[in-house]
Amino acid sequence: MSVNVAGALPSSSGDNLEFLEAGGEIAARSPLQLFWRRFRQDRVALASLGFIVLLVIIALAAPLFVKLFGLPGPNVLNPNLTDEFGAPLGPSGGHPFGVDPLGQDVMSRVIYGTRVSLEVGIVGTAISTSIGVTLGVLAGFYRGWVDTIFSRIADVVLSIPLLLLGLGIGAACAVRGCASGLIQPGLGVIIFLIALANWTYVYRIVRGLVLSLREREFVEASRALGASDARIMFREILPNLVAPIIVYSSLLIPQNILFEAALSFLGVGVRPPTASWGQMIAAATPIFNTAWWYMTFPGVALLLTVLAFNLLGDGLQDALNPRYAR
Amino acid sequence: MSALVEVRDLVKHFPLTRGIVLQRRFGEVKAVDGVSFDIERGETLGIVGETGCGKSTTARLIMRLLESTSGSIKYEGRDITRVKGAELKAIRRDMQMIFQDPYSSLNPRKTVGSIISEPFIIHRVESDKAARKLAVQELMETVGLNPEHYNRFPHEFSGGQRQRIGVARALALKPKLLIADEPVSALDVSIQAQVLNLLRDLQRRFGLTVVFIAHDLSVVRHMCDRVAVMYLGKVVELGGGDALYGAPQHPYTGALLAAVPVPDPARHHTERRLLTGDVPSPANPPKACRFHTRCPKAQERCSVEEPLLRVPEGGRTEVACHFPLTEGELAQMGVRSAG
Repeated sequence: MSVNVAGALPSSSGDNLEFLEAGGEIAARSPLQLFWRRFRQDRVALASLGFIVLLVIIALAAPLFVKLFGLPGPNVLNPNLTDEFGAPLGPSGGHPFGVDPLGQDVMSRVIYGTRVSLEVGIVGTAISTSIGVTLGVLAGFYRGWVDTIFSRIADVVLSIPLLLLGLGIGAACAVRGCASGLIQPGLGVIIFLIALANWTYVYRIVRGLVLSLREREFVEASRALGASDARIMFREILPNLVAPIIVYSSLLIPQNILFEAALSFLGVGVRPPTASWGQMIAAATPIFNTAWWYMTFPGVALLLTVLAFNLLGDGLQDALNPRYAR
Repeated sequence: MSALVEVRDLVKHFPLTRGIVLQRRFGEVKAVDGVSFDIERGETLGIVGETGCGKSTTARLIMRLLESTSGSIKYEGRDITRVKGAELKAIRRDMQMIFQDPYSSLNPRKTVGSIISEPFIIHRVESDKAARKLAVQELMETVGLNPEHYNRFPHEFSGGQRQRIGVARALALKPKLLIADEPVSALDVSIQAQVLNLLRDLQRRFGLTVVFIAHDLSVVRHMCDRVAVMYLGKVVELGGGDALYGAPQHPYTGALLAAVPVPDPARHHTERRLLTGDVPSPANPPKACRFHTRCPKAQERCSVEEPLLRVPEGGRTEVACHFPLTEGELAQMGVRSAG
């Protein structure tokens, strides 16, 4: 009987101790453990993950952070903070990122802007990924007319210019919302648009993978055992899709964050007084000559966030698929 | 007692279509084209033939993994050709299958424990978790796996061990019929014998009826009581192992047996009449006797009248041939009546 060398022989002395402490039982490495061993070698991805965790903490505890830095709230207007010509004051001890023309603290608004960006990025991605995965699994598994219908819908959606649609719907739903209040103005519109448009990419990837996975013998074995279609789709096939889904959604998040910033920049996204990075950048454009800080800090925040998610996505890709498309 | 499974005139045609939106049928692959045989209780029936002759399709039709185009399959006297839903699920408990590729037949994302306990979960037996784990570990021991490897993943096992996992999964529900679709052809020769012996032991222990599909004639001889030889979707010869191997009557069977390499230098110079040409396309098989295009004995009658499967005068096997091989021809081909 052959012994699995990688599982049985710990590679370093530290592992050896753990191995003995665990009662000497030969512990198998699950795919998750194998993934983590590879992922932690990747410094860039680890740093990105750290930065994203920090962002999430900042977003969740925004009021706490604002208080911690001794800043005013994001919507506190203070006309005393502009000079006699109405130009905002630059960075100083009390306002590290300076203030905007309304006398609002920029750092405070950047901190609160994290909330909008992450909410759009994560909620929007979660919704579009779930739609894409569900439809993709169904289309790939049943093929035939199910596949034809979903794929044609995806083709149509893909051919719509998203930004134009966003401008249209954003403007139309700006005041009272659309679809009898189902789509709220602001964040609601943006998330709706993302869900509507971005499921197609996930759908195509998942559909393709399911088409090939369904021909594998373990699916046939499962059917021979009497497993139902739902069981085969979600218990047998879906676990094999976890890696590509995670990778793809981690790359979709920064895309969605940028989309929100773009819409807010164009004035149909998140409306003031809610703080959003894109909207701040837009407001800063006319006065960039006199108040560089107003555009720079939200811009850098946006850049770093998008970069971190992209690098994390790349790292996940490398760690989850050491031999891609085996 | 009647046979466990009776297969009658089983046909499976796969349509060939053209076009993306409006699919038009322009032909069909006749994978299985009128196959009849019985599977007796407790026996091992071998099915041999070249790649693409319909062996695996036949197995999948009996397993109801594919829908037959026509014909009937009876299990314990009951017609199961079209049963559905709960009835089909009940029959699945009695029939299980071992697959050819031990690498693709196990889900890479599941532990061995959860792969082998799947049949219990699907059929709601051993619903208590601890009892299920015990049953799975017992099965692992039965097939020669270390029960402590319960939590390991398939990638941590060798090909032979993986095939044992597949056997354990198939045996979980104590089936009556086990269909082994080329269970050892993906394994190293040294491992093949281990898995074959395991299958034989298990068959004796559990009183299984086994359908053993292979393209390796010596493996089939080792395993089987009766052998069916298939060519282009038809059974061309069917008979007891000794009779079929000792005195094949169909020219195709003769050619297959003559092609088996024999580790005997003295036989090196024997004149062998091997087959020439390729197997014709099953989308457009030859008329009447399908073998007549490659048969050394073919005459005009062979391309006009289809031979039926029957025992000829003085023959010991059922054969579908107008001109079965004679003793002299067998000797010439180098197939000896080793009996």
